[in-house]
Amino acid sequence: MTDRSQRLLDSSGPRGPKPRRRFSKNNILVYGVLFIAAVYYLLPLYVMVVTSLKGMPEIRVGNIFAPPLEITVQPWVKAWSGACTGINCDGLQRGFWNSVRILIPSVLLSIAVASVNGYVLSRWRFKGAEFFFSLLIVGAFIPYQTMLYPIVIILREIGLMGDLGGLVLVHTVFGMPILTLLFRNYFAGIPEDLHKAARIDGAGFWGIFFRIMLPMSLPIFVVAMILQVTGIWNDFLFGVVYTRPDTYPMTVQLNNIVNSVQGIKEYNVNMAATLLTGLVPLVLYFISGKLFVRGIAAGAVKG
Amino acid sequence: MILVTLVVFIGGTLWTIIHSFTSSRLLPKLNFAGLDQYERLWGTRRWLVSIDNLMLYGLLSLLLTLVIGFTLAAILDRKIRGENAFRTIYLYPYALSYIVTGLAWQWILNPDLGIQSVVRGMGWQSFSLNPLNNPDTVMYGILVAGIWQGSGLIMIIMLAGLRGIDADIWKAAKVDGIGTIKTYLRIIVPMMRPVFITALVAIASGIIKLYDLVVALTNGGPGISSEVPAKYVIEYMFRAQNLGQGFAASTMMLLSVMIIIVPWLYLEYGGRKNDR
Repeated sequence: MTDRSQRLLDSSGPRGPKPRRRFSKNNILVYGVLFIAAVYYLLPLYVMVVTSLKGMPEIRVGNIFAPPLEITVQPWVKAWSGACTGINCDGLQRGFWNSVRILIPSVLLSIAVASVNGYVLSRWRFKGAEFFFSLLIVGAFIPYQTMLYPIVIILREIGLMGDLGGLVLVHTVFGMPILTLLFRNYFAGIPEDLHKAARIDGAGFWGIFFRIMLPMSLPIFVVAMILQVTGIWNDFLFGVVYTRPDTYPMTVQLNNIVNSVQGIKEYNVNMAATLLTGLVPLVLYFISGKLFVRGIAAGAVKG
Repeated sequence: MILVTLVVFIGGTLWTIIHSFTSSRLLPKLNFAGLDQYERLWGTRRWLVSIDNLMLYGLLSLLLTLVIGFTLAAILDRKIRGENAFRTIYLYPYALSYIVTGLAWQWILNPDLGIQSVVRGMGWQSFSLNPLNNPDTVMYGILVAGIWQGSGLIMIIMLAGLRGIDADIWKAAKVDGIGTIKTYLRIIVPMMRPVFITALVAIASGIIKLYDLVVALTNGGPGISSEVPAKYVIEYMFRAQNLGQGFAASTMMLLSVMIIIVPWLYLEYGGRKNDR
């Protein structure tokens, strides 16, 4: 940093009143950095969108940054219902519906179980609860790779290897540590007196859970839901290990479509397929705003 | 369910560790072979390349993500017009899966039709940007995509940390005539140590798991030049039918995670217990 620019940066205090000259050199520098960063983050999305709307001849001769001369939705149609993986040519829709069928039960089941767990750990202390809780936290950090094979054996034993049901179980189990932690910490913040008052009034274990804890914790349920929906939808590892081609979730099928070595590469179809796969978490991101940030921040440090 | 979780997590992990000392191949067997698998592992070029790649990727990604995340957060913290819009733009890649990230960047970095061809088309014929097909640069290509996906999260964590800093600190620094950059480096960053540690753990645990991104971008190629440990584990367990190697490699991964996590857990949770 030169002396000159150093002085420029110092000239307005970071907490001071809004600078009057909107285009001072300092501001140009600051907005310049923000703008360049924004280009870096937006570029791939932009390129994906324009590529997916072009025809293949235009892609072969053109510039990947240029907007389409002729807009066509053909690549999207083909990606959804005609792209091939191996011998199947029914498009990404199969992966999409598989992912939906995995997502809904996994999210509901894991949140139901984890919220009760969190409730028990925060309010109905039992012997060894602390130890139990520490084990769970450590569990959250174990790399998935060390548990992959034992789970294959378990799933084979109960006959769910390769089934969507097996994957639902896997997602539920792996969602447990982080979700339980999330719910326990939230419930622990609800005043103890409420709990005591309810007990005096004769409410039991479930009565307190459904009539006091649940109504007071809607935000944390939304956070947990966001965390699980993005996590499960974006999962690739479990999908590739525990399913077979006809039960592949969307991410696995997408990778197979795009990275297949056979045939001519149809980049427009590939990009449409990629966007289709990213659409669910992206929509969730744009509609949920601040809660999304809380959800992913909570999940940032899991195994 | 919670009990099932613990049985799967603890039991499964122990099972894997125990079986890493056997010579299991197609099926897990308890024919103990001592440290054979580990000796083989550390004598395999593919594993050594994986470790090298992970170190390079890990170090650079840690450094760059922290610097980019903190810089963007520090700028956004200075009462910026359109802060929300910028924040939304920086974070959205984090909502996307590594597969989507990898495929998008694979297309942008495509040597025949991507950035390279565009710049050459503008008249700069000798321009070359083809990291994914060169063994020496492939990890940097993966790095660009990884940072694109993950730095927004770190920016958010840092921004939350910066917002938690008392405005009086800034006033005091100003009164003492300390420059902005110096205030950040000497006062604010040291104050944000816990935030940096959280960010560090988040980045580090993500780095060790690096798998999907590599599969989508290069599938380990060219040759074995972008292999990573997590991929090694999967390949040996489910494709090469050499379970023992897979178990030994995954145990090494567990060990490295524990080296990072245990001190942090101790600081985070062990410390709090003493306060009570």
